[in-house]
Amino acid sequence: MALVVARTVSVRRTLRQSPVDEPRWVQGALIASSLGFLGLFLFAPLAAVFTEALRKGLGAYLESFREPDALSAIELTLFTAAIAVPANLAFGLAASWAIAKFNFVGKSILVTLIDLPFAVSPVISGLIFVLLFGLQGWLGPWLAEQDIKIIFAVPGIVLATIFVTFPFVARELIPLMQEQGTEEEQAALLLGAGGWQTFRRVTLPNVKWALLYGVILCNARAMGEFGAVSVVSGHIRGRTNTMPLHVEILYNEYNFAAAFSVASLLTLLALFTLALKALVEWKRREEVSHALEAAAAEEGR
Amino acid sequence: MRISLKQHSVLPGFGLTLGYTMVYLGAIVLIPLSALFFKTAALSWGEFWGIISEPRVLASYRLTFGASLLAAGINAVFGFIVAWTLVRYPFPGKRLVDAAVDLPFALPTAVSGIALTAIYAPNGWIGRWLEPLGIKAAFSPLGVTIALTFIGLPFVVRTLQPALEELEPEIEEAAATLGASRSQTFRRVILPAVLPALITGFGLAFARAVGEYGSVVFISGNMPMRTEIAPLLIITKLEQYDYAGATAIAVVLLAASFLLILLINLLEWWSSRHHRKGA
Repeated sequence: MALVVARTVSVRRTLRQSPVDEPRWVQGALIASSLGFLGLFLFAPLAAVFTEALRKGLGAYLESFREPDALSAIELTLFTAAIAVPANLAFGLAASWAIAKFNFVGKSILVTLIDLPFAVSPVISGLIFVLLFGLQGWLGPWLAEQDIKIIFAVPGIVLATIFVTFPFVARELIPLMQEQGTEEEQAALLLGAGGWQTFRRVTLPNVKWALLYGVILCNARAMGEFGAVSVVSGHIRGRTNTMPLHVEILYNEYNFAAAFSVASLLTLLALFTLALKALVEWKRREEVSHALEAAAAEEGR
Repeated sequence: MRISLKQHSVLPGFGLTLGYTMVYLGAIVLIPLSALFFKTAALSWGEFWGIISEPRVLASYRLTFGASLLAAGINAVFGFIVAWTLVRYPFPGKRLVDAAVDLPFALPTAVSGIALTAIYAPNGWIGRWLEPLGIKAAFSPLGVTIALTFIGLPFVVRTLQPALEELEPEIEEAAATLGASRSQTFRRVILPAVLPALITGFGLAFARAVGEYGSVVFISGNMPMRTEIAPLLIITKLEQYDYAGATAIAVVLLAASFLLILLINLLEWWSSRHHRKGA
């Protein structure tokens, strides 16, 4: 701690000597207003989730997870993410291979189209599947004849979740793979590796951190999606309720402690996601600096 | 570095991966989205106009766009301060604060919604101090703005941070050497350089806020004509099986978001071209 303080002080001292520095009081005021703003808008809500969840004590907190409706909501959320994340992972890998490793006409249009779901309101993301599969939708009457339920059932929830998490993996991979070019893959092929082998042994290790990052973000959104899922779910307790929807139901029943208990699980997931993100960014930076060092050593030789 | 087409053909799997990409994109995104436009096309212009000019719908658009604009504005100011302090000043706990900026991305919107409501409600941590002042935070348009500010914050901070980091200290030193005061340097040198990033962040925050649903519905109170946002009205129409009404309201929202994204892309394209010319 003392070391940290000493370092901060020495950094400040060197900063003060610089002619392009704000007066001390301006710096202090800016830091204070920055932390104050974040306190009001970020840290207070975060603290509120856990305070409200534990308001009735730890026993009541743990009890709220033993409720069958809560358990089935957790189960459905895990099930949905277990389909949506691998589906978008496979897509992300295929799309980034095609887009980053080859040149073809209409590539920039394709990249724009992949980002499209981010520009669509969650509610509209749900609405489009109701228009397709709902009772008055395009395929609704035919599906009803076949006795297949998509809207107000689990398939609709999965589809809407896949839609809203669609771009996450692809948009992490495409820029990185474009930057890396195709030289290493060409070398591998030249040395006699097969296509699949090249992908697995050369491409995949090169993008592993970006891939992990994309998957984490995709998973967080898949488990936390509310608007789109709310439109297609029908809110049938114990059957088509995901965790965020269960939070809403409990909250609207004025069962605040239970609502915040389930919300606290989702919050822990979010914090875990942020921590992993920080770790991945740190690993990536480390790899870049290693690569730079290696390049420098190579040059020196 | 341009790679010729001939070199490309060395790598395998183009047909397979591109084909899979197109099929998946079509099935998950393009066909469902096109349903929205076919449904709208089935309406006559008069019907469409009749729906979106209903007083209740107009009120929801006013609230959605007004509160989104205000929230993006608040974020442009405070997001700038946050990004600035994170890039320039050392302070304890900085890395933690930096990581926390992404919280609104990672936190499910329903959780943000109930947490913000708990704080800003009349008996909440912050709401109880605002109540005696006659300020109603939750269950009012102000509450909607608070939720949309929360949602938009990371967009401004994360687009500004790299722009501020890229600023070369030599330019500011040159300005100081030539006799500019610190505030002059800020207005004439720093602000113009990061303005494209600031506008991009503002636009992204605005676009996100326009479509936001989960974090708003709890804190807004959902009173028709007063605190009912457009995405909520879409759901209300759907619950009444008024598919045409829901679709018409949605198309206007979607068109607004697309227009915003297009403007942001044009701005980025323009500023990168401008940049290159200068260099």
